[in-house]
Amino acid sequence: MPETRIGRRFAELKAEGRSGLVSFLTAGDPNPETASEIMAGLPSAGVDLIELGMPFSDPMADGPSIQASSLRALKNGMTLSKTIDMVRGFRQHDHETPIILMGYYNPIYKYGVDRFLADAKDASIDGLIMVDLPPEEEGELCLPAIKAGLNFIYLTAPTTDDARLPMVLEKASGFVYYVSITGITGTRAAAIDDVRQSIERIRRRTDLPIAVGFGIRTPEQTAEVAAVADAAVVGSALVDLVRDNLDADCRAKPELVDRVLGLVGELAGGIRIAAESSTP
Amino acid sequence: MNKLNTYRAGADEGGHFGIYGGRYVAETLMPLILTVEKAYATAKDDPDFWAEFHYYMKHYVGRPSPLYFAQRLTKHFGGAKVYFKRDELNHTGAHKINNTIGQILLARRIGMTRIIAETGAGQHGVATATVCALFGLPCVVYMGETDIERQAPNVFRMKLLGAEVRSVTAGTGTLKDAMNEALRDWVANVDDTFYIIGTVAGPHPYPTMVRDFQCVIGNEVREQITEAEHRLPDSVIACVGGGSNAMGLFHPFLDDEDVRIIGVEAGGHGIETGEHCASLTGGAPGVLHGNRTYLLQTDDGQIIDGHSISAGLDYPGIGPEHSWLHDVGRVDYVSVTDYEALTAFQLCTEKEGIIPALEPSHALAHVTKIAPELPEDHIMVMNMCGRGDKDIFAVAKHLGIDMGGIDQG
Repeated sequence: MPETRIGRRFAELKAEGRSGLVSFLTAGDPNPETASEIMAGLPSAGVDLIELGMPFSDPMADGPSIQASSLRALKNGMTLSKTIDMVRGFRQHDHETPIILMGYYNPIYKYGVDRFLADAKDASIDGLIMVDLPPEEEGELCLPAIKAGLNFIYLTAPTTDDARLPMVLEKASGFVYYVSITGITGTRAAAIDDVRQSIERIRRRTDLPIAVGFGIRTPEQTAEVAAVADAAVVGSALVDLVRDNLDADCRAKPELVDRVLGLVGELAGGIRIAAESSTP
Repeated sequence: MNKLNTYRAGADEGGHFGIYGGRYVAETLMPLILTVEKAYATAKDDPDFWAEFHYYMKHYVGRPSPLYFAQRLTKHFGGAKVYFKRDELNHTGAHKINNTIGQILLARRIGMTRIIAETGAGQHGVATATVCALFGLPCVVYMGETDIERQAPNVFRMKLLGAEVRSVTAGTGTLKDAMNEALRDWVANVDDTFYIIGTVAGPHPYPTMVRDFQCVIGNEVREQITEAEHRLPDSVIACVGGGSNAMGLFHPFLDDEDVRIIGVEAGGHGIETGEHCASLTGGAPGVLHGNRTYLLQTDDGQIIDGHSISAGLDYPGIGPEHSWLHDVGRVDYVSVTDYEALTAFQLCTEKEGIIPALEPSHALAHVTKIAPELPEDHIMVMNMCGRGDKDIFAVAKHLGIDMGGIDQG
């Protein structure tokens, strides 16, 4: 039995013969209460792993949707400390769903790396995805995180060529996050043949599960990606739905939580269809 | 602290100056950053590259810029002998063109066919649009919505030069957001695009590379002051936003221990008000835009917008080498307020017939504070890094003067 929640979850998915659904939402978007309510409903709606965005004022690799969600959360008083508390709240009812924090380094640097890792571990956070910490800067957070018992998930991109790939994979743990396009989140979708080829390229060099993200918005796309990868990540489409269900004063409409979880359910359905059609 | 044998050795292999600098970028960009690094490392040792650079410096930019003895101001202060390095006489009116020439030559070397840039006040945007016109490359300049409104003449200049100016509404619509947006463009166009960063910040190798191009300023000063005074200056002084004009002046003097070096940050309404752009005086170390450096930020690590009367100093960070020089104590960093800069702007215009940009007006404001207290044999060189034509509307507004029918819009 794998030692980590992430490892166990991928082992379970493999046993079930299907790929996983990873949801991305920004912590505290549109406000801390609504965000916690959505998060609590994700597992039963069909999410297998939860990616929780740590809001940052300057998210350089994200498109307009996720930028705006960060700003909404910050405006409503979200902080890194409250993000960690949000996970603590979630863990009172769910001990199995892996939780991965995703974001940019500065808030963690300012919080203090040692203090952050201790608090993250204490809150049963399982892994970290850091957009602006490539392997060249592994000493900052990657190595300390591994030492603290957290998975550090590396991003690989279409630009990560064969010469560079081994270096990126060397310290990767949990899973590998393949950024399927050269671009920012929520813009366009990659051609599935390109994705398949890239995944084969990565698989030749690692036994870690591979998740694919950027540009996946619909159940059909999710099914397509699930057919070639171990997990599909959906972010901007969910974040857009949060935005679309705010009133003129940026308050959550009563139906917001159900709408978001409804889309999650459809996406999870896409994954299961992919599994059935690929069964020999 | 032990004295170093040299202050000029950085950055190290990973792009660090002490704990500052580095390469904090998304994986998609990382291979390209390494390509730029490799290309620059080769170009740096190639005499042909520098021959071409200096050709354009001389025949296109108009270098060397004069080193001018500011006789009337010196008399007015009654103390130190003050020289201006006249980089405001460069083509396009500021030091920015030194860097854009260098970077576009590098972009051409690695076969990039599209140029992007960020700009705040518009000076770097104009300098980039200019070199793109010169070399016939398409140019996209990202500029915050707020800055587009307050810098309309420069926006028009860029358009005349053939650049596309893209308004950035994300975040707070200022320089930092323009830089975010340029990085987003770059991530999406890695195959053909070169990002010409306007200051000594960003991921390695930019801080080193931009510094090396701007060092033409300090290198000329060494020669010119030696010719004029038969010795090195006692002090050199420059304004610091991102810090490229200052680094270009300072770096060639870092190992001359008798030369006092002073960087002047934008104190806005005063450091105590929180409305300023003095990253070193009023900020804390953090990671943004590819490097670790001093930043204006909240306790939660969120970046705060600064305030300065000078749009060119309005950036919440500073080049990483400045952060290091601040920590090791080789350079003294001080700040002056909007009001002090405005007063210096007027003084320089009246006494020397030189309308300075608001950025070097900050440096001059500090000169007005210290020069009167220094002996007459103290030689001081201040970098007049830009001319003030672009600022006359802002200055008129602050002085409460109605420009009548003249509309900057």
